[in-house]
Amino acid sequence: MQHVRSIMRGRGRVAIALAPFLLFLAAFLFWPATSIIVESVLDRQRNLTLANLMQLGQPFIMASFVYTMQLSAVTAVGGGMLGLMLAYATVSDALPPALRDAMTTFCGVASNFAGVPLAFAFIATLGQLGVVTQWLRGIGIAIYPSFSLYGFWGLCLTYLYFQIPLMTLVMAPAIAGLRREWREAATSLGASAATYWWRVALPILMPSILATTALLFGNAFGAHATAFALTGGGSQTSVVTILIGAQISSDALANPGLGNALALGMIVVMTLAIGASSALSAVAARWTR
Amino acid sequence: MRRGIWAWLWLGAGALYFVVPLAATLQFSLQARRGELSLQAYQNVLASPAFAASFMFSLQTAVVTIVASTLLLIPTAYIIHVAAPRLRTVIDVIVVLPFVIPPVVLVFGLARTYVRTPLTDSHLGLHVLLVAGYIVLSLPYMYRSIDTGMRVIAVRQLAEAAQSLGAGAWLIMTRIIMPNIVPSLISGGFITFAIVMGEFTIAALLAQPAFGPYMSLLASSKVYEPSALTVISLLLTWGSIVIIQLLGRRAGGVGRTGGA
Repeated sequence: MQHVRSIMRGRGRVAIALAPFLLFLAAFLFWPATSIIVESVLDRQRNLTLANLMQLGQPFIMASFVYTMQLSAVTAVGGGMLGLMLAYATVSDALPPALRDAMTTFCGVASNFAGVPLAFAFIATLGQLGVVTQWLRGIGIAIYPSFSLYGFWGLCLTYLYFQIPLMTLVMAPAIAGLRREWREAATSLGASAATYWWRVALPILMPSILATTALLFGNAFGAHATAFALTGGGSQTSVVTILIGAQISSDALANPGLGNALALGMIVVMTLAIGASSALSAVAARWTR
Repeated sequence: MRRGIWAWLWLGAGALYFVVPLAATLQFSLQARRGELSLQAYQNVLASPAFAASFMFSLQTAVVTIVASTLLLIPTAYIIHVAAPRLRTVIDVIVVLPFVIPPVVLVFGLARTYVRTPLTDSHLGLHVLLVAGYIVLSLPYMYRSIDTGMRVIAVRQLAEAAQSLGAGAWLIMTRIIMPNIVPSLISGGFITFAIVMGEFTIAALLAQPAFGPYMSLLASSKVYEPSALTVISLLLTWGSIVIIQLLGRRAGGVGRTGGA
């Protein structure tokens, strides 16, 4: 028993067991992240400066942040609404249970489907030579050049492929958690189905909906590979992640401060989005207790 | 009845959006020979030495990542469960930090922090950085599955029982804990495998000859082969994710009956 207690209570043992994990994180997560923040306010002589952050004011960088935020907002709100509808379908008892299970599994898979393969799938579908593009041309509808898969709306359409299922995956349990009694109470007081959804279900779900929408915003804002594979990293306005990537692969010594400032801007936006999401989730959790 | 119609309608619209790109990719990948459907693009891809090299590189990286991450996380999760439950909240916050730091920022930070050190100046060093990046990327998933696995088997009681019978720490770990959390390790491993095999950003920016960058490079010179590659990589990653989901469902069942 003495032995048991010594293993269970020993602070030294806890520290030793946790040390490899904490050292690993310090070396490969905390230190790099901290150094981005610190370096972005230092010049080459290691004096404090705001010059790096001022560089974020350049027109092409401002344009890139605005572009990425628009892309993230459109795919978060659009993907959020569509994902919510799909979540409703997956928990509705109108569909056979086997089909609902299959849809949940598919959403788990598709929400992880990002990057190069996703971009290729959309190029094969809606690229200049894509199957759907050709088919539409065959029936007399030329979608190019007014639409481009490599432009803003093309990126939106592609991002929705992982945004919608992510929303569905998170919201389906929340919708399933709506108590039957709430609906019965509303109906017995004379509420129609529409009134129940609008005045009861939606307000209860709203914190979860907003939390997940904020999560989707961050998800789109941090995406790199999908955008890179679609736009080739070049072209007019690019998303912020591509600008940061370019800072690594180009001659980093040319302007070391800019990369740090961009990465810091990214961390700030992501922290706001994920922070808002978890704060709203905490509010949402009150109803599911 | 009207509710039913809406559910089917949304399902139909969703199915169209989600199935068409997959079907189009499949069709595109079969069109390498003009006027007929053939497996030519697949033959070209599978016969190419560059494909085999990049595939093996990523496979190897995935295995190293899974082993390293398991070795790192099992003692951590174990000690949190058995001896330091108060640290749980701290660890829970730490393991979701990778969501706040996107891969492109992570690789930027790593490349800057270790510039002009052996980690960026040698092949081995870059590979170490790549694996480290992948451990960080997969951390939230890997930790959560190991943590859930330990919760399901009530690891604290198991450890106490084993200790009272005289088992040492090593014996407890290898003969009691590990065999009991195998399903969690498998599902965490498959998630990590899916992440590593499809990853582009970190590998490309560290100039590593991995599968993701190879796919992207192939697109600049070939038309149909990238689609064939997409189908292959889809089968791989989707196969592993479906396995995880099935395992997860079964583990959930075990948890419910075991907890009751």
